[in-house]
Amino acid sequence: MIGVISYLVFFATTASILAIAVLGLNLQWGNTGLFNGGVVAFFGAGAYGTLILGGTPQAGHLGGYGLFYPLALLGGMAIAGLVAWIVGLLTLRLRHDYLAIATFGVAVAFENLMRNAEWLAGGAKGVRGFERPLRDALGDGFTYNIFFFLVVLVILIATYLFLERLVASPFGRLLRAIREDEEAAQSLGKNPARVRLMAFITGSVILGLAGGLYGTFYAFVSPQDVLPTLTFQIWAMLIVGGAGNNRGAIFGAFLIWGAWTASGWALSRFAPIEAQLYTGSVQFILIGSVIVGMLMWRPHGLLPERLVVSQRGKTPSA
Amino acid sequence: MPEAVLEARGVTAGYVPDLPILHEVSLVAHPAQITLIIGPNGAGKSTLIKAIAGLLPVSAGQITFGGADITHIRTDQLAARGIAYVPQTDNIFRSLTIRQNLDLALRRAGAGAPARLARLLEQFPALADKQRDKAGTLSGGQRQFLAIAMALATAPKLILMDEPSAGLSPKAAQEVLEHARTLTRSGVSILLVEQNVNQALRLADHCFILAEGRNQIDGPADALLNNKVVGEIYLGARRMGAA
Amino acid sequence: MIQNLIDGVLTGSYISLGAIGLTLVMHILRFANFSHAELLSLGAYAALVCDALVSALVPVFAVKLAPLSLTGALIVAIFVSMVFTGLSALVIDRLVFKRVREKGQELSMVFASFGMALIIRNVIGLVFGLSPELYSKDIAFAMILSRDPLILVKPDQIFVLVAALVLMFLLHLILSRTTFGYSLRAVAENPSLAQVNGVNLQRTIMAVWLIGGGLAAVAGIFYGLSHQLIPVMGRDLVLPIFAATIVGGIGSVYGAVLGGFIVGIAGNLALVVLPSGYTPSVPFLLIIVVLILRPHGLFGEARA
Repeated sequence: MIGVISYLVFFATTASILAIAVLGLNLQWGNTGLFNGGVVAFFGAGAYGTLILGGTPQAGHLGGYGLFYPLALLGGMAIAGLVAWIVGLLTLRLRHDYLAIATFGVAVAFENLMRNAEWLAGGAKGVRGFERPLRDALGDGFTYNIFFFLVVLVILIATYLFLERLVASPFGRLLRAIREDEEAAQSLGKNPARVRLMAFITGSVILGLAGGLYGTFYAFVSPQDVLPTLTFQIWAMLIVGGAGNNRGAIFGAFLIWGAWTASGWALSRFAPIEAQLYTGSVQFILIGSVIVGMLMWRPHGLLPERLVVSQRGKTPSA
Repeated sequence: MPEAVLEARGVTAGYVPDLPILHEVSLVAHPAQITLIIGPNGAGKSTLIKAIAGLLPVSAGQITFGGADITHIRTDQLAARGIAYVPQTDNIFRSLTIRQNLDLALRRAGAGAPARLARLLEQFPALADKQRDKAGTLSGGQRQFLAIAMALATAPKLILMDEPSAGLSPKAAQEVLEHARTLTRSGVSILLVEQNVNQALRLADHCFILAEGRNQIDGPADALLNNKVVGEIYLGARRMGAA
Repeated sequence: MIQNLIDGVLTGSYISLGAIGLTLVMHILRFANFSHAELLSLGAYAALVCDALVSALVPVFAVKLAPLSLTGALIVAIFVSMVFTGLSALVIDRLVFKRVREKGQELSMVFASFGMALIIRNVIGLVFGLSPELYSKDIAFAMILSRDPLILVKPDQIFVLVAALVLMFLLHLILSRTTFGYSLRAVAENPSLAQVNGVNLQRTIMAVWLIGGGLAAVAGIFYGLSHQLIPVMGRDLVLPIFAATIVGGIGSVYGAVLGGFIVGIAGNLALVVLPSGYTPSVPFLLIIVVLILRPHGLFGEARA
């Protein structure tokens, strides 16, 4: 029994961390219409940043600053925001495909750099030597995992509330206005490029927060954690949940993470041994089909965005 | 009255399905005539012409061309049937040369293409000298002439012209409008939208006045030239602030 | 250094071919198609199958055309694969992209293309297995162009370069000399004006997929000839071909050609200064440099 509960806590912690990431992506895509093709780079920047800033000294690579944990986490988020600022500055004035391609490129380059630059972050071996906060007090066992889950849950709820307030604020209305009709927003004297940059950076900082928590949870991060797979998973979560709806984003995160874990388990349990090698391929086909299928048949997700007056042409009263 | 070339009956159309800009607009154009559409800004003149050209969905009403229903016919098929359309702006392909623009328009002319090209170049000598230049390098007046030449290349029965004189110098505007008049002598009908009301009324045969997406009055152009109601429709719209 | 330059030109020849189709699709259908690189894989594997079939059925064709490692069967396979891949691109558009497009979800097309990329890439992996494949198991000997400095070129590489240049020249003739070419350019510049001038939009879009798919097939096969076939080759090629379109300017065919060579050469020259592990990042660096210096690329135009 304790095994099941302990597994559920583990599952819920991971799903909650991913839900935070989906919330960050939702601000970018769902609310502002910005395509982030390199979610994993911002997630990874947060994870690597947190562990390098907050870890113990390691021979051979940067890090071991042993920063007070909350500061390390904030530092990781700041690094994610910095990367977003640079990419956004270069692409947000151009047509939308540039952002898609540049963010995709950032993710490729980030993973490539982490894998190769041993002096920076340990290369393929990853960043070790991170001590989880309050480990001395709570130990390494079940108690700690429960505690950590609660912390993640609180942060998830805080992020949710923050975003709900943001979306309801004048800034949130401005985001939707720009998404729906950039020229009209521009004629109101707003600078769309600037507003989009703000939204892109904020979303990326939240992705960085999720990454930082993820790194903390495993007390380890390596290039294997920043593969494009994660980007696809986080997208699928948002698309299935319903872009533009924060509750949908959280729901999608739990649903897709559950489906992913279950399909992995089912394949390893029931698929013939020779086929085990192809578990990854099958899972990718599944996730690709989920993305394409949703876009074709349920483009607004399971929990669609509650339509606001700004949806031009869909509400006759607008 | 000879039979109509184009007839629109009760056309309702707009850019978005639920937001019509035109409300049950009707109009008739006769062969070898210039039929003018005028009206204040936002009256729906360009919208009407785009709806006829098949570029906007028509949600109610019917458009016939030479007696056949063309309400829901695709734009490129209308071109093949003999309706040419000269948009107000962006009416030539800037990245193609003048000759390539004309060749593209002449694509369906088959064996008659070389003769038709020669005739067009004769008609528009300014273009003949610049055949190898990119169309983007042309002056405003020359662009309009190229656009009209491209429309003529398809040997149309009807040309829809959306403010061909917009943005041109008075002299170039006069030239373009006078050219339109000469075209009707060869049997082509023209449906013309113009802001240049007085000049256009002197040129046209019949005129329809729209305001706020609806028919107001129509009549022979020379009769409307000194009609007070015309001025009132313009002024009235301005007073109500409808733009 | 000179060897790197030569290798770069050869790499550039297949990146250019891939980028041409991508830039056309991006310009005319207005979305960044992340599944374009999978058309390269599809083409490469289709040729592998066709090559094996033709070699088995018509043994005469299985003979190598010395000094190339290429066989007559593979030449046949190239043409078959071009048609097959072009048609596949068309079918994918019909089944997926067209439907998403018609729902008015223009931005969602990028997502859909990522989804399609995942599906195609992994279906290829399931069908052909994850281990590398080769068109010819024989070792192709390189020709020594110079001993000091040592410069080596394989005959196959020369074939790849020449064939790529011929294809590009053919495309150039089509675009600059035929009314069909003008209609493609017209649709790219102004779709509704093109329709007004009697161009059938649907048919033009189909033509773009056929051309893009056909060239992608050749690019994929040439990649396979120069390296090896792996199911995830699309993953490694997607960033270089995107970089080529951005360097050249999205929508410019000539830009894509030049951009492809620049990306190829930059990637190989980077080996002089950077460890080979960093090669995958080079296209990204190039994108960043272009975005800073000349955001619309070498031949691109600003367009909203």
